[in-house]
Amino acid sequence: MATLELSVPDEEVAAPVGRQRKLGLLFWIASAWVAIILSLAILAPVLPLQNPVDMDMLERRAAFSAEHWLGTDGLGRDELARLIFGARVSLTVGLIAPMIGLVVGGALGLLAGYFRGRFETLVVGSMDVLLAFPPLIFALAVVAYLGQSVPNLTIVLGVLGIPAFMRVARAATLTLARREFVIAAEALGASHARILLRELLPNVILPLLAFFLLGVAVTIVVEGALSFLGLGVPPPMPSWGSMIGEGRDSLDVAPRLAFLPAAALFATVLAFNLVGDTLRALTDPRQGAL
Amino acid sequence: MLNFIVRRLLAMLPVLLAVSLLTFLIASLLPGDLALVILGDQATPENVAALRRDMGLDQPLWWRYLSWLGHVVQGDLGRSFRTGQTVLQAVAERIPVSLQLMLMAEFIGLLIGVPVAIACAARAGGAFDRFMTGSAFAMLSMPSFLTAILLIYLFAVELRWLPATGYVPFTEEPLANLRFFVLPALTLALAEWPGIMRVLRSDMIATLQEDYIALAKAKGLKPSRILFVHALKPSSLTLVTVTGINIGRLLGGTLIVESIFALPGIGRLLVGAIYTRDLVILQGVVLLVACGFVIVNFIVDMLYAVLDPRIRHGHA
Amino acid sequence: MTAPLLTIEDVAVELPTPRGNLRAVDHVDLSLQAGRTLGIVGESGCGKTMLSRAVLQLLPKKAKLTGRVMFDGEDLVRLEAESLRRLRGRDLAVVFQDPMTSLNPVLTIGTQLMETIQEHLELDAPAAKARSIELLAAVGIPAPEQRLAQYPHQCSGGMRQRIAIAIALSCEPKLLIADEPTTALDVTIQAQILDLLAREQRRRHMAMIIITHDLGVVAGRADEVAVMYAGRVVERAPTQALFKRMHMPYTEALLAAIPKLETAPHTPLPAISGRPPDPTRPLKGCSFAPRCNYAGGRCHEAKPVLTSAEMAEHLYACFHPIRMTEGIEA
Ligand SMILES: Nc1ncnc2c1ncn2[C@@H]1O[C@H](COP(=O)(O)OP(=O)(O)O)[C@@H](O)[C@H]1O
Ligand code: SF4
Ligand SMILES: [Mg+2]
Repeated sequence: MATLELSVPDEEVAAPVGRQRKLGLLFWIASAWVAIILSLAILAPVLPLQNPVDMDMLERRAAFSAEHWLGTDGLGRDELARLIFGARVSLTVGLIAPMIGLVVGGALGLLAGYFRGRFETLVVGSMDVLLAFPPLIFALAVVAYLGQSVPNLTIVLGVLGIPAFMRVARAATLTLARREFVIAAEALGASHARILLRELLPNVILPLLAFFLLGVAVTIVVEGALSFLGLGVPPPMPSWGSMIGEGRDSLDVAPRLAFLPAAALFATVLAFNLVGDTLRALTDPRQGAL
Repeated sequence: MLNFIVRRLLAMLPVLLAVSLLTFLIASLLPGDLALVILGDQATPENVAALRRDMGLDQPLWWRYLSWLGHVVQGDLGRSFRTGQTVLQAVAERIPVSLQLMLMAEFIGLLIGVPVAIACAARAGGAFDRFMTGSAFAMLSMPSFLTAILLIYLFAVELRWLPATGYVPFTEEPLANLRFFVLPALTLALAEWPGIMRVLRSDMIATLQEDYIALAKAKGLKPSRILFVHALKPSSLTLVTVTGINIGRLLGGTLIVESIFALPGIGRLLVGAIYTRDLVILQGVVLLVACGFVIVNFIVDMLYAVLDPRIRHGHA
Repeated sequence: MTAPLLTIEDVAVELPTPRGNLRAVDHVDLSLQAGRTLGIVGESGCGKTMLSRAVLQLLPKKAKLTGRVMFDGEDLVRLEAESLRRLRGRDLAVVFQDPMTSLNPVLTIGTQLMETIQEHLELDAPAAKARSIELLAAVGIPAPEQRLAQYPHQCSGGMRQRIAIAIALSCEPKLLIADEPTTALDVTIQAQILDLLAREQRRRHMAMIIITHDLGVVAGRADEVAVMYAGRVVERAPTQALFKRMHMPYTEALLAAIPKLETAPHTPLPAISGRPPDPTRPLKGCSFAPRCNYAGGRCHEAKPVLTSAEMAEHLYACFHPIRMTEGIEA
């Protein structure tokens, strides 16, 4: 067709737009919150805190005082100590479980996206099966059989995260595998292992890590829900979810017993979501097309 | 079209089979002897062995799976050894409660999410849009058990407007029934609307950039018609998808919400079965829920085809 | 002479982009009498679409429009939304470039035709339907009644463009703007669609602006031609006069780029070498200077303004107009 369309050189198309987006104040507040909670959780044993499981039946639901900064719970246990030790549980499960998803799901997605064919069909198919179970129900059922403990909880929630990580890794690999640098490496006779590890992995890992933070948020929520129902972390170990569950019974007399851990949980989940979402937007391979 | 349905139905079979296998394996392979659970810790080894034989637990795994599957296909999912109720009876009794909860939740969720999405998309980047997008993001970080606690505190403890727990069937006392359902449904809806709103909003913003929207404006159509017919209709597909995807989350949500608000639905049945270690009920309900989920996704696919003329006429 | 139907006065469009402000339309003046056809020609990206969108008041939200667009005695730029809405589709209609994207994929053709008719004409549903069938027949669509229930994806590109034309004609507009109506179509259908437009234009006595990158398209079909380059009108003349004697080197280059029927297929087109200036970085001198074979010193220093040639209606913007330059200092 007779058009006067003139080919536009590449530099014009790849104008450096969008990349230098400012991260924003909220992002930094959220990161700071994550850092504070993380250090409190790690340092909990060496901090001058009271024992979170020591009961004091004479001082049940005590108000804020010099001795108990945030008062005591229904069994006279120090609320502040329980909050901080609760962070330990929530973050342990919340951080380790998505790592299982990241490693297994990431590897499966990378391989499926690179090799395609039968293997991809198989991987995607089995993930569909796993996705057929509503996650909370699956987690509940398995924990019920396996027994309530932190490691069991972690493994189950980790397995549940695999499909999502697989999808992210596969999608990223599929877009990358057609890029010039991969095709060039293939043309130069690089081995599959080399292409996967040297060319693809470094590019896929960024979106995966951003997704990991969102996975942390989801896991903390699910762990909280299970513990809230009394089916997660076994008592008397404190977890934010179980603290909220216990506080529910005294909503009329001491609502703070539910609302303090609730606020901590909400703020932490929101912070991970904020940081994760910001990083996801930055590392989205499709962003380049802006 | 018929061809299409049959093909999709056939594609569903292997997934259902795999789901049943996984459910069976979870229940069978994991530690914890069913016979021991039933008889309790004080049972003698002889009694346990006898019960294992009765229940076929001494048979090889593949045989147990096939015979279990055989029963399942005939509609026999087993019988609770605690209440004597069959799984199907127990589920049938509770399904109306869960369905009512999910329908009300999804309805309220759409009632909030759709208008907000349209208003945001119509003035993307404006003050209202930024405020609602931020609120939706925050709400996505709010687990439903937190929302439930907050709503109970506000409406049941402080204001005393609504009951915190309880249930009567709709057929007996419709108004009281609805009052019992308001807080649980609202709890779930508050978790639903941000997802609905976000997806629909970005979809509509993209649609509003389309040439055919510019042409609709050039045709002098009323802004309301452009927004609700020309821009919303192409997005209805997305809405169906979101609603379909939500059902999985809603099912998980009913579990928590039914427990908190003491609604006798499927979720409560499941949680109760876990508390009492009623493994037959647990296995049966998990299987039914997972199959139900697969079927819902199938229906969503079908709706997709009905809604999108391009798919309906095989131009995919 | 009666007042023109459309007068574009000093219209400029600026678009903010990450690289700075982009001047898509740079102070354009044009006018069009009722029932006449104006061709706007220029290569891709010169601002033809933006100019037409400025007339229709359909610019992107962020765009800044200055100047006046007088249509039928009213300034469209300052007209309030409701009056503008009543005008669009009824007196002022448009056909877009790509029929694959300009029809709503989830509404039937009948709906998309009838909604326009019922919006502007006081017709009930059966009457609107009858009119739709008439219109589809008029634009050459076989079995028009069956078409009404179909969706756009069930029609070929050429069919869709005919439907888009039927929609545009549905309320007997006074002015039809056709923005590259054939660019997205198969070569074999291009002439049919152009002839259809010309025929309907004569039959309905409407004015038409036909926008194209192909000087050949306007040759037999427009009364007047305006050549655009880098957002400006650089030459404007009655079609006959322009083809007899073009003064702007850019117009000459456009003419050379028209595909000739006699050339063998697949011979490369003598496209204009180089590319238009970056619209976010306006040049000080003539925008065409970097690509112009006739460019002299002055061309890089100042912008040539539109001036009359031997006849008043023939305007050009060039310091060294061709076929007039002989004898003048180079
Ligand atoms: N939505 C937009 N945002 C920013 N710049 C645009 C947009 N649309 C077009 N442009 C720019 O405006 C100029 C004129 O474009 P256009 O009017 O579409 O040209 P034409 O129709 O003559 O091909 C071009 O430089 C183009 O890159
Ligand atoms: S003004 Fe100069 S550069 Fe511009 S078109 Fe005329 S001769 Fe060429
Ligand atoms: Mg254009």
